[in-house]
Amino acid sequence: MSDNREQAARNGGPAGPGSGRTRVRPRPARRIRWDDPTTIWRIVIQVLFLAVIVAVGAFFYRNMTESLRSLGLTFNFRWLKLQAGFGISEGIAYDLTDTYGRAFVVGIVNTVKVVFFGIVFASVIGLVGGLARLSSNWLVRALATVYVEVFRNTPLLLQLLFWYGAVILKLPPVRQAVNLFDRVFLSQRGAYIPRFMLVEDIGGWRVFFIAAMAVSVAVYFYRRRQLMLQDRPGFPSVWALASFVVLMAGGWLVLGSPVTVDLPVLQRFNFEGGLQLTPEFTALLLGLSAYTGAFIAEVVRGGIQAVDKGQREAALALGLRPFHVQYLVIIPQALRIIVPPLTSQYLNLAKNSSLAVAIGYPELFNIGTTTMNQSGQTIPVFLVIIACYLSLSLLTSLFMNWWNRRLAYVQ
Amino acid sequence: MRVRPKDPWPRRTVDWLVKNLFSSWFNTLLTLVSLWVIYFTVTRVWRWATETAVWAVIPANFQLFLVGVYPRDQLWRFHVILGVFAVLTALSVAAALNRDFGRKAMRWLVTPWLLFLPGSMFLLWGLPGSETLPHVQTSSWGGLTLTLVLAAVGIAGSLPIGILLALGRRSSLPVISVFSTFFIETVRGTPLVAIIFMAHLMVPIFLPGVTIDRVIRAMIGLTLFTSAYMAENVRGGLQSIPKGQYEAAQALGMSPALTMILVILPQALRSVLPSIVGQFISLFKDTSLVAIIGLMDLLGIARSITANPAWAGLQAETFLFIAIIYWIFCFALSYGSQRLERMLGLERPS
Repeated sequence: MSDNREQAARNGGPAGPGSGRTRVRPRPARRIRWDDPTTIWRIVIQVLFLAVIVAVGAFFYRNMTESLRSLGLTFNFRWLKLQAGFGISEGIAYDLTDTYGRAFVVGIVNTVKVVFFGIVFASVIGLVGGLARLSSNWLVRALATVYVEVFRNTPLLLQLLFWYGAVILKLPPVRQAVNLFDRVFLSQRGAYIPRFMLVEDIGGWRVFFIAAMAVSVAVYFYRRRQLMLQDRPGFPSVWALASFVVLMAGGWLVLGSPVTVDLPVLQRFNFEGGLQLTPEFTALLLGLSAYTGAFIAEVVRGGIQAVDKGQREAALALGLRPFHVQYLVIIPQALRIIVPPLTSQYLNLAKNSSLAVAIGYPELFNIGTTTMNQSGQTIPVFLVIIACYLSLSLLTSLFMNWWNRRLAYVQ
Repeated sequence: MRVRPKDPWPRRTVDWLVKNLFSSWFNTLLTLVSLWVIYFTVTRVWRWATETAVWAVIPANFQLFLVGVYPRDQLWRFHVILGVFAVLTALSVAAALNRDFGRKAMRWLVTPWLLFLPGSMFLLWGLPGSETLPHVQTSSWGGLTLTLVLAAVGIAGSLPIGILLALGRRSSLPVISVFSTFFIETVRGTPLVAIIFMAHLMVPIFLPGVTIDRVIRAMIGLTLFTSAYMAENVRGGLQSIPKGQYEAAQALGMSPALTMILVILPQALRSVLPSIVGQFISLFKDTSLVAIIGLMDLLGIARSITANPAWAGLQAETFLFIAIIYWIFCFALSYGSQRLERMLGLERPS
């Protein structure tokens, strides 16, 4: 202990705010002092720990290879090249003769599809719900509270089964599908929405688009400078958006529409054209968005409430309108508090998409379990599944741990 | 001290209505839209509930929902467990409210509460070969009982493992900290369904020759999963303890182990008690996932009832019923957690 104190005195105190030192002097490499019982103990404990882990691991590994041998299998990853032999009800191009590896790719694409749109919808629902929970209107507040409390306190699997069994499958058959303005149709075979496709000769429109973007960016900076010079609060993006819309509308008049709409039309047995969303996808998307949206609403509410009340009072005292106070002062500060739990909610949504196995949507986990049953290779398949989910979660965990270290209570 | 007398009744209501519902044109619009939404949903739901819904499915299967396929002649065990629970709760409430003997009484009550969970599980399990307490297989446990048992065992098992993992992660021994971090991050990055599936399929592979009960496999999966999240919660609590506590304990001559047990952990656990209760609520909801491996918990029972041809197509009624049961438990727990936070003085200043 004594040489630590001498070292510290030589350094002139610890580095950090107020010390006058911003960089810690590089410490000499720690030498193992063989006469120090503490060091010996530490090494011995770690060696023993490793030995236990290795022994347990070897025991399990031996049992595993024996069990696999009795089934006539070995532990390998060659099954990825084997023919899959099972069909997948939706997704990118795939047929029975494709490999298991290809099936996994289809599953990953399906997972990404539902997770992406789930995150978008959940964020929108969560933002609206969080703001509604803080509304000055009692009725809106009550409705938002009911929504959040109902969807947070029931299991997600139950909600998914409810959406699937009690809502989607109870919709009318295709012939009597629910008709929304002749554009969107809901039936028990899924949802049919119009599909937008770009026209063939898009060249002229591309130029117009780039020109419109350039002009709106210029307008943005012009308006921002104008507001700064006049010392007024405001949103330059409003002018920028307006100019963009006006220019695009002008292009519409001059060049015609850049997109064609493919509407679903009822033929003899089914709808033709348009985009068909399967009942499984619709139920999963609705269930995940509603469930995660409730949690995000609570996160948003907590973030906004955590901003000091003095901020609102000061902004109002400066003469800002309530709308400006909310969106120029409160929400930017609230975002700092909202982002970490928001990220973990997104991760939860990605992991909860695996519950699609109960509904029959062919996402990553569902296809993984089918592969497991068909090939008999439970452990390698599991390793692939876990690797896919982990590569998503680990990246975010690394970032959050770095952030947590920066926020930790530094003595 | 009231500054001015309250307005007479009609005026007060009108004032409240104007302030809360009609204060601006936008607010008025919101109110009208909300009223329309409420009217729309309530009339539709009411019409469904009173006309097309078949509610007979619930009383007909009530016992299934609560105890699964437990043998009928052994149901007295549940009455015993409920009775003991009621007595313990009444005594605890009385002790909490009593200022004179409350403290001592609470200390006496700790042991019975700790023995309650293993005792009731043993009672339900029975003694193999016995006449008065015949063995009941866990495959017969089901419904709300199985859900509660899974949740209780999950949280009880994950707490010590989670504390060990959190301490391991903060350890200065690199081997242990790397291993703990690796375990925690791997388990946290995997969906719970995958872990339950893994436990279900791989426990027989890793331990051949020993038939492990399906319920125990599910318990292992749930406990492993929850302990990783618990480790993160406890780590947050440990991080918030000021270094002065460690130094003071060291100055008093306490060994590191004693410091941890007597000084640090009590403070850390107290500060993250709300998170632990929150974890329990999540675990309670997540026990429904064991329905995917075929266990007959509350959700599994509901699924098998709707698969029964006699009650086909009644998903809405059954699922609504168990949703209400789940909701009651979870809401009660979260309300209790808020009260606990207030009692411990941990409430964030609003």
